[in-house]
Amino acid sequence: MRPRFTLSRQLAVERTWPFFIDLSVAAALLAGFYAILWIAKFWFSAAIPEIEIHLAPSHLPLYAFYSIVRIFVAYALSLAFAIAYGYTAAYNKRLEALLIATLDILQSIPVLSFLPGVMLAMISLFPSRQLGIEMGAILLIFTGEVWNMAFSFYTSLKSIPRELMEACEIGRFSRLQRLFQLELPFAAIGLIWNSIVSVANGWFFLMVCEMFPVGSRNYRLPGLGSYLQTAASEGDFRAVTWGLVAMVLIIVVTDQLLWRPLIAWSDKFKFETVESEERVTSSVLHALRNSRVVATIERRTFRPMSEWFYNSLAERKRKHPPQAPRTESRRGVTAIYIAVGLVALAGILFAASDAVRMLRDIHRSEFFTLLAGAGLTFLRVNAALLFASLWTIPVGVAIGFQPRLSHILQPIAQIAASFPATALFPLILLALARIGVSLGIGSVVLMLLAAQWYILFNVIAGAQAIPSELKEIATLFRFSNVQRWTTVILPGIFPFLITGLITASGGAWNASIVAEYFQLRGHTLMTLGLGAQISAASDHANYAVLLAGTMIMALMVVTINRLVWRPLYHLAETKYRLD
Amino acid sequence: MTDPIIQARQVEKFYAQSRDARIQVIAPTDLAIYPGEIVALLGPSGSGKSTLLRMLSGLSRPSGGAVLWHGQDVASTQPNVSIVFQSFALFPWLTVLENVEAPLKARGMEVMDRHRRSLKILDTVGLDGFEAAYPRELSGGMRQRVGFARALVVEPEVLFMDEPFSALDVLTADNLRGELLELWQKKTIPTKAIFLVTHNIDEAVFLADRIIVLGRNPGHVRTDFRVALAQPRDRKDSAFTALVDYIYKVLTQPDVVPAEMPVIAGGRRIRDQRQMRYEMLPHARPGGIAALLELIIDFGGRTDIYRLADELSFEIDDLFPIVEAAQLLGFAKIEEGDAAITPEGRAYAESEILRQKELFRQAAVDHVLLLRQITRALANKSDHSVPEEFFLDMLDEQFSDDECRRQLETAISWGRYAELFDWDDSRRRFVLAEHEHEEIQDRAPEPAK
Repeated sequence: MRPRFTLSRQLAVERTWPFFIDLSVAAALLAGFYAILWIAKFWFSAAIPEIEIHLAPSHLPLYAFYSIVRIFVAYALSLAFAIAYGYTAAYNKRLEALLIATLDILQSIPVLSFLPGVMLAMISLFPSRQLGIEMGAILLIFTGEVWNMAFSFYTSLKSIPRELMEACEIGRFSRLQRLFQLELPFAAIGLIWNSIVSVANGWFFLMVCEMFPVGSRNYRLPGLGSYLQTAASEGDFRAVTWGLVAMVLIIVVTDQLLWRPLIAWSDKFKFETVESEERVTSSVLHALRNSRVVATIERRTFRPMSEWFYNSLAERKRKHPPQAPRTESRRGVTAIYIAVGLVALAGILFAASDAVRMLRDIHRSEFFTLLAGAGLTFLRVNAALLFASLWTIPVGVAIGFQPRLSHILQPIAQIAASFPATALFPLILLALARIGVSLGIGSVVLMLLAAQWYILFNVIAGAQAIPSELKEIATLFRFSNVQRWTTVILPGIFPFLITGLITASGGAWNASIVAEYFQLRGHTLMTLGLGAQISAASDHANYAVLLAGTMIMALMVVTINRLVWRPLYHLAETKYRLD
Repeated sequence: MTDPIIQARQVEKFYAQSRDARIQVIAPTDLAIYPGEIVALLGPSGSGKSTLLRMLSGLSRPSGGAVLWHGQDVASTQPNVSIVFQSFALFPWLTVLENVEAPLKARGMEVMDRHRRSLKILDTVGLDGFEAAYPRELSGGMRQRVGFARALVVEPEVLFMDEPFSALDVLTADNLRGELLELWQKKTIPTKAIFLVTHNIDEAVFLADRIIVLGRNPGHVRTDFRVALAQPRDRKDSAFTALVDYIYKVLTQPDVVPAEMPVIAGGRRIRDQRQMRYEMLPHARPGGIAALLELIIDFGGRTDIYRLADELSFEIDDLFPIVEAAQLLGFAKIEEGDAAITPEGRAYAESEILRQKELFRQAAVDHVLLLRQITRALANKSDHSVPEEFFLDMLDEQFSDDECRRQLETAISWGRYAELFDWDDSRRRFVLAEHEHEEIQDRAPEPAK
């Protein structure tokens, strides 16, 4: 029997808390409704290609709101696409190899290469409404967010244990029940971590997707990215500071209100047999779980809806008992596949030959410039990776070896990593210009800024994963510093370092597009490099060069992945595995 | 006799390798499951026990032949069956109750009915009060109870079990076996037949009304007989141990048709499809072989295999590879279910380590074709190294892909121990032992697996 605390203060607090929580949940719902109305009003207003940006801080909340909506609409699209794509790739044996190869290539195409095409298509779809320009920007952000999520979902599906699939089959699960009870839960943790990376990528590109020229026309959307760029161009450092503060706030709030609750919630999807000691906790999740409003909504709407859903699926299944093996219809399906494949092949060949014809427009000297640019960008990317490794490895190991330090620093580093480097670009470029560093060198700094966090995180994780016995042996046998690093630390963090470098290399290549070509104070800063050439071609609607540059970059990225990263990854997986 | 619930007619399973080469996993087999019996399927690893279970339950389609469910093709009906899995196969993100409800949900049962039935079955298997727990909060035995509850809640006509007790500790497994038997005998559950795949002979004799023993390469029925012992059975009973001993004898003599027990329906034996070029290497470690030989010497040079299993508390899948390896190398002989040591075996077991390696090397080269080939190929190559693909290609004609890998792994382990050759894992190549010694002298020792 529980003692009764009728007059206890503690209990009063305990009793009133859910009420406040309910109130805030209700307020949040109302605000969400209002936000949707507002966005709809804006999107369906007449199109204004170049909106004037006000630098007064009072306009900042609205700009931030528009940017956030873009990021999350693009994210929602990415999630839906990733699930559909991953599912198809995992279960359609005929298409699997093709879809995965396509994903590999799409992943290596820089976002800005899509810009002119996507923009023109969207604007001609909704010529008189703001929606067209908005959709263009959103789709661009989408291309920066989607690929890693699709990969993550695909690999999760492929690693579902066979017996769980069999349990679904013998239990006569419908495809949808299997999706909700097995596949999505199994993939949840991977999807959530990739979502964090994706949204960070989204912010990175949002900064450049809100202000851009296509051919002779300039576009500017109201948002945080355009605010920051305008402020930097006009040299208004107060406004720049306000913008950066807003950005930091958004990232902290997203982390606290979205990612932490999600990570804490996803703990139940861990596919492990033992209970883990260390868990992420989130007070927001705790509050939501204890909220009466949320519970009522769940009980009154979601549960009956899902019941109805499963029921109708099961019913339908009963009406159509499975037929005997249909070899004939299978043959029909094969025929359809072949027909569709042939049509697609014809289309692809036609488009490819057209593209090649377009490439003929490129002057030979232009082509050599492209190659020279490719070489320079390659050097810059690797220089950025090298410098990033030089500082992140010692620092990361130092943090990883000291649990208390890592406990304090990791959340901070996580937020720093989510901060889009592109938001700082204008400031850094101005600073570099003041001390007289050219963009050729400066762009390496910008790439470094974009790539270093991936390495740092992985090194910290790697250092933490080194068993303490190995460190004790090094102390016991009085290893010299050099020996410690070469026999214990570097091999120990190797697999993590490689993972970090692979991601960082992708990040640096993508950053080259924005780092080598930047518009500041009304004029364009650029240096020789593939990224600059692609950006310039996109700005000047020079489609032949854009295509050639994109192809060269995709080819280089894919080749480097195959020749360098994949073998290194294999080595890390086999020789340097700690288990 | 009544009509069978499930009848397999000439079912077989093979994987097409190329147009004319295929790997036969299960030879054409006849099998039937009748109402009122617990059938246990026994066999060494690689005999296709699980594959057969999946074909009978309708999970996987046979490459040839047909599985009939009450006389109808299983692919065109929805047989009411369930499976209890070795790994439990529970959804860790669903509570115990949600796990049990999931198959009912799939059948579109109303919420209240579903709850009532699930709670009742949870009560039956002794999980009352655990409805809201997540599987990870439960012990292995409790988890398998959830597995049983999930399988039984749909009131299956045939309950399939794929080594359901082998992931549990001995006491828990014993307890659960007893409870299952009680549910079955008291007819608490409406299930008409149970089909159990196991590699535990003791378990089969304890539970089953009928035992089917499979042979391998390819999988085929070696013998199929009724167990006439009355329930409850006593493991100490002489009839019980005699039956266990008999099954050991059958399993240890792969080439002899078992004769002592009556062979009933479907007990047909099929000869190997083609002449084997490679003998299948049993996956045993050299250290295990030496330990086994010493144990046989302790037993006076000759002993019952099941006594060995008992002494080591090994199940047949653990013990057989070691016994077979000893036999293959000429260190031991198997006669009538007894293992007897040979003079070579005695010499091997009683030597010191360097001499042991020498004897092992001699025996390996004499008796194992694959090792002989690897050594010869290495000697002939000018750089004294051969990639694994070379041997994988040769093994490929005879074994499945997975088995090829395992064969090579075993060959590597034996060859390294015998110092016949070494293996470079990063380049995936065989290299000659002395040759590599000169190259890398201070290389760190391989971590133990």
